Amino acid sequence: MKPLTDIGQLAEHYDLAVVGAGPAGLSAAARASEIGLSVLLVDENPAPGGQIYRSITTTPVTDRAVLGVDYWRGADIVARFERSATAYAARCTVWSIAPDAESDGASFEIGLSLDGRARLITAGQVVLATGAQERPFPIPGWTLPGVMTAGAAQIALKSSAIIPKGRTVIAGCGPLLYLLAGQLAAAGAEIVAVLDTTPRRNWPAALAALPDFLRSPYLAKGLKLMAKARRSLRFLGGVTSLAVEGSGQLSAIRFERGGASQSIACDTLLLHQGVIPSVNLSNAAGCAHDFDPVQHCWVPQIDDWFASSVPGIAIAGDGAGIGGAESAALRGEIAALDAARRLGRITIPERDNHAAPIRTALARTLRGRRFLDLLYKPAAQFLAPTVDETIICRCEEVTAGQVRDAAKRLGVTGPNQMKAFLRCGMGPCQGRLCGPTVVELIAETRGTTPAEVGYYRLRPPVKPVTLAELASLPQSEAAVKAVVR
Amino acid sequence: MFRQMRDAESAATLSFSFDGRPLIGRAGDTVAASLLANGVTICRETPVSGAPRAPYCLMGVCFECLVVIDGVGNRQGCMVPLRDGMTIETQHGRRQPEEMQG
Repeated sequence: MKPLTDIGQLAEHYDLAVVGAGPAGLSAAARASEIGLSVLLVDENPAPGGQIYRSITTTPVTDRAVLGVDYWRGADIVARFERSATAYAARCTVWSIAPDAESDGASFEIGLSLDGRARLITAGQVVLATGAQERPFPIPGWTLPGVMTAGAAQIALKSSAIIPKGRTVIAGCGPLLYLLAGQLAAAGAEIVAVLDTTPRRNWPAALAALPDFLRSPYLAKGLKLMAKARRSLRFLGGVTSLAVEGSGQLSAIRFERGGASQSIACDTLLLHQGVIPSVNLSNAAGCAHDFDPVQHCWVPQIDDWFASSVPGIAIAGDGAGIGGAESAALRGEIAALDAARRLGRITIPERDNHAAPIRTALARTLRGRRFLDLLYKPAAQFLAPTVDETIICRCEEVTAGQVRDAAKRLGVTGPNQMKAFLRCGMGPCQGRLCGPTVVELIAETRGTTPAEVGYYRLRPPVKPVTLAELASLPQSEAAVKAVVR
Repeated sequence: MFRQMRDAESAATLSFSFDGRPLIGRAGDTVAASLLANGVTICRETPVSGAPRAPYCLMGVCFECLVVIDGVGNRQGCMVPLRDGMTIETQHGRRQPEEMQG
C-alpha cells in the first residue's frame, strides 16, 4: 500500500478507483491490486477500517475483550490491504463521479478533495464501497445535545477510547443495539436502561425465516450478545413510543410500554434502529435504486457481480444492501474480479473460477440475514413520527407535521417536490438524515408505498465543496471551451 | 459528555482552544471527539432557529458537528484530526464572511 497524503500525489488515471476503506473497499482494492490493476482507494477517514473496523490499526482500546473478537478480525483484512500495491488516499473526499467526456465514456471522471484542495482524475472502473449509515430515528427532541446515535458512541469508543459520562440510556432495535450495549458496559459506561422498541408483531413474519437463521453464523454470536446484555443490564422490551425531555439539553427520556408512560433521567441517550445503505454517491452517479421491502430501505440495483445499472460502476458491501462485515469483504472481492474482467485483465472463466469459493462463503455469511431484517424492522411510528412537532429534517428544521400538511393539503407527491416547498433535504447533510422519513411520511399521508413515492434525486457534489476548491481545479481545454464563446 | 475509559493507551497531548478556552486533547482524536472528551456539549447553533446542536453521528453523515476551525467555518469536526494549536470556535448559524479564507 502506498499512502498518498497530498492531492498532488494522485496519478492522472487508475485502472480502478475504490471509494470507501471498510471491509468491502479494502478487499476489493487488495484483490484488484493482486491481479495487477493500478488501484486507488479513497476514504474520508484518517485510517482504514470503515465504521465496523474503525481505527483497527490505531485504536487506544487495549483490552481486546471490550470490542470483541469480531472487531479484531478486521486486522487481517487491513494487513492484506497493506501488503498490496494500492494507492491509498485517506482523509480524501469523493464529491463527484461522472462519465469522462474526453474518453467518450470509456472511463470515469472523479472529483476529489484533500486538505482543502480539489483534483479531477480518471478511472477505468469504479467500485463504490460507501457502506451504511444508521437509519434516521426521528423522535420528539432528538436534536437536543446529549442525544446521539449508538453508532456514534461506538465510533468514539473505538477511535478515542472515550465513553459517555453519567447516566446513559440506549434505545431502539437491531443486533447492533445489543452489541453496543455490551461493549459500552464492558468499557465501564453506566448504562441505566436499554429500551427495546422491537415490535412484538414482527415475530410471526420473522419465524418463517427462522430455519435458515438457526443454521447461520449469526445464531451463536447473536444469542451470546443478547444473553450477556440482558443478564447484566436493565432491559425494557415492548417500548412503543419515545420522547426526549429537556430544554436546551437532554434531561430524561420519556417512553411508553404496555400502555403506561414512564421517564428515566439520563445524561446521554443513544438511538439506533438498524442501518441502511449510504446511497448518496451511487444515486448522484446515476445508478438506479429500488425500495427493498424486507430491509425497508433504498438499495441500488445490482447484478450477480455487484455491477450497478451504470456500466463500469459496481457497488460492494453494505452500500448495496445490508449484509454485515463478513459478507461485505467477500462482495468486494467479487466486484474486483469483475472489474478486472471488464478491463480485459482476466478472462470470464478465470473470473468465475476465482469467484466460485468466494460465492460459497458469501452464501454462508448471508444465511439468516432475512430473519434479522424481518424481526428488527422498525415500527411504523418510528419510521413516520406521529407527533407533528417532531423535527424530521435536522438541517432545515422541518417537522413531520409540515411534511404531512404539504402532502395532504398541497398534494405534494414526492420528496423532490417537497424540497421546493419546505427545503427538507437541502441543508448540508443533503437528505441523509431526512430522506427516508420524508418518503415514509408522504407514503403514509397519501396511502401509498415508499417504492411509489421514490427518493431524492441527488446530484454532485455529494459533499460540500468550497468555491475556492473548485476554482483551484486545473482547467482543461474542453472545460474552457465549454464556457467561453 | 464523554470521559476516557480506564486502560486506554496513552498518547501525546495537544493544546487547542475552544471559544478562547485553552483545552488539552489527545493526538489521534478528531476535533469532535476532543470536544466531547473535554465536556463541550454544544458545538453549533442552527442557521434556521439558532437552536444548540452537538455531534450526533460522528461518521460524517449528519453535519451536526460543524465548527469554525482556524478561522474556516462549516468544518465537520468529526472528520478533522486535532492538531496542536488549533483554534476551534462555535459555529453560529451560517458560515460568516470573515470565515472565508478557506
